[in-house]
Amino acid sequence: MRNRFADTFYELGKADSRLAIVVADISPAGSIAKFRSEFPDRFVNTGVAEQIMIGMVAGMAQRGLRPFAYTIATFALYRPFEFVRDDLCYQNLPVTVVGIGGGVTYSTLGATHHAQEDVSIARAVPNLSVIAPCDPSEAEAATRWCAAQEQGPVYLRLGKAGEPDLSKDAPDPWVFGKLRRLRAGIDVCIVAYGGIMKRAFEVAERLEAAGNSVALVSAHTLKPLDAAGVAELLRAFPTVVVIEECAPTGGLSQQVKEIAWDSGARAKIHTFTLKDEFIHCYGNHDDLLDAHGLSVEEMTRRILG
Amino acid sequence: MNEAMSTDRAGHRRNAFDRAAAAARCLSYRRRILDISQQVTALHIAPAFSCVEIVDALYNGVMRREGERAAFRDVFLMSKGHGCMIQYVILEQLGVLARADLDSYCKPEGRLGAHPDYGTPGIAASTGSLGHGLGIAVGQAFAEKLKKTDTRVFCVMSDGEFQEGSTWEAMLTAANLGLSNLVVLMDNNDFSGLERMSEGHRAFYPLVEKAEAFGWVAREVDGHDGCAVFDAALAQDGARPLLVVCKTVKGKGVSYMEHVPIWHYRSPNPAEYEQALLELEGAA
Repeated sequence: MRNRFADTFYELGKADSRLAIVVADISPAGSIAKFRSEFPDRFVNTGVAEQIMIGMVAGMAQRGLRPFAYTIATFALYRPFEFVRDDLCYQNLPVTVVGIGGGVTYSTLGATHHAQEDVSIARAVPNLSVIAPCDPSEAEAATRWCAAQEQGPVYLRLGKAGEPDLSKDAPDPWVFGKLRRLRAGIDVCIVAYGGIMKRAFEVAERLEAAGNSVALVSAHTLKPLDAAGVAELLRAFPTVVVIEECAPTGGLSQQVKEIAWDSGARAKIHTFTLKDEFIHCYGNHDDLLDAHGLSVEEMTRRILG
Repeated sequence: MNEAMSTDRAGHRRNAFDRAAAAARCLSYRRRILDISQQVTALHIAPAFSCVEIVDALYNGVMRREGERAAFRDVFLMSKGHGCMIQYVILEQLGVLARADLDSYCKPEGRLGAHPDYGTPGIAASTGSLGHGLGIAVGQAFAEKLKKTDTRVFCVMSDGEFQEGSTWEAMLTAANLGLSNLVVLMDNNDFSGLERMSEGHRAFYPLVEKAEAFGWVAREVDGHDGCAVFDAALAQDGARPLLVVCKTVKGKGVSYMEHVPIWHYRSPNPAEYEQALLELEGAA
């Protein structure tokens, strides 16, 4: 996702001189390095200084630019949080804050680098749209939308590099604010977002092996959430499963249950989130997800049980 | 001297900054703020009174405007949002805000609150939380450089804001980016909300040397001398951002407010109001 974001930003930036990127001491991957060498005026590194990264992009947007701020998710959102809230959201400026390594991607680096409640926090702030693509092609579509939109600030939560392309056969296109069917099915619908979509596909395989027809849906836009779309899924499927790499408080799972209550849905609902814990486990990303109770086996067992 | 600088100097009313006219304006601004103080309680009079001459020198001398009613070519950003009454009364006098706007200050039918709100005419940024304005001003000045305009950004800050770490992040970044179109005027009244900097935070000083060490041009002036502020705010060197440390008195012009912390928040009662008017008139 990170590399596709960079490729897309570079391509868009060549055509639109309003696009600029402000990073805070993060090594610019792939095409962002190319952007930096070709358009040095529109690349700023503030150093280890995230408050000015956010303050700056606010001022740049007010004077007609379309800036992106870019660093590791915890430092893009948590460290300068009041600047995101006041400078970007209160003033409602068209700025994209890119957080890379959403969730527990930076597995071995510990909780200082785990953005495990970023979606919850970002969703709570007025005016802030929240997007978490599930694969590189969704990251590209989201980046294109962010670069062109004028409505206000966006938190764009990306993963790392090397995610598989999961949406190439999707029957639906990527549309901001709309759920996206990635695969059709009848008995069970799994809704997920972000890099953990890969596990959602694996859970779907197991459920199908057990005789179920499984649909997969990308809830790439967490705010505004497609509430009507969620209500429709809750009507159409006897079982709805939510899988998210986010804290249990304030994420998609709670939202789906709220919508189920409000719409009087009868579907059986299973939700899988990160634990409400700082986990002192140092392994790869998959190890961390397992430690949070999100192993494919565990999720499958609970759904079938 | 570079070209931008000579253009700047040629383009504004350098010799038009009349000391007597400025004093008359500043008296009228203080009176207007006092009048409004009798309608509402949330006001921040003293923090506004300390920067009256600074904001006046910028709007009525330094900043360039194509005509009487035209938009300013330069940007004014009130980082010390709690001092915004002085900006409001000047914007009223300039015709950017209406009298009705100020008469409905902090009332549900009005649009002006105790901190400036982006989207209101003449307001460059929503401030109120300290330590935000300079970062935004850095972004604005950077954008204008990128667009190759000659727009300058004037940012009025409280001295208390220089206790925020974010301000020093912005100071470093402004110097790194060579933002010669950025001018900060620090209202150095020596008070934050609770106490005097010079007593409670002795490492706060010296200021000019700190700013110079951060790569800025810096100078200190009497912040109640509009002519001195006017000259200092135009002393960019074409390469570096400029900080003008304006030495001021919190609550300037009203004896019982000067240097008394409670007037950061309080509005005068009717007797205090009358006394304040007498003192201002007497000094004029």
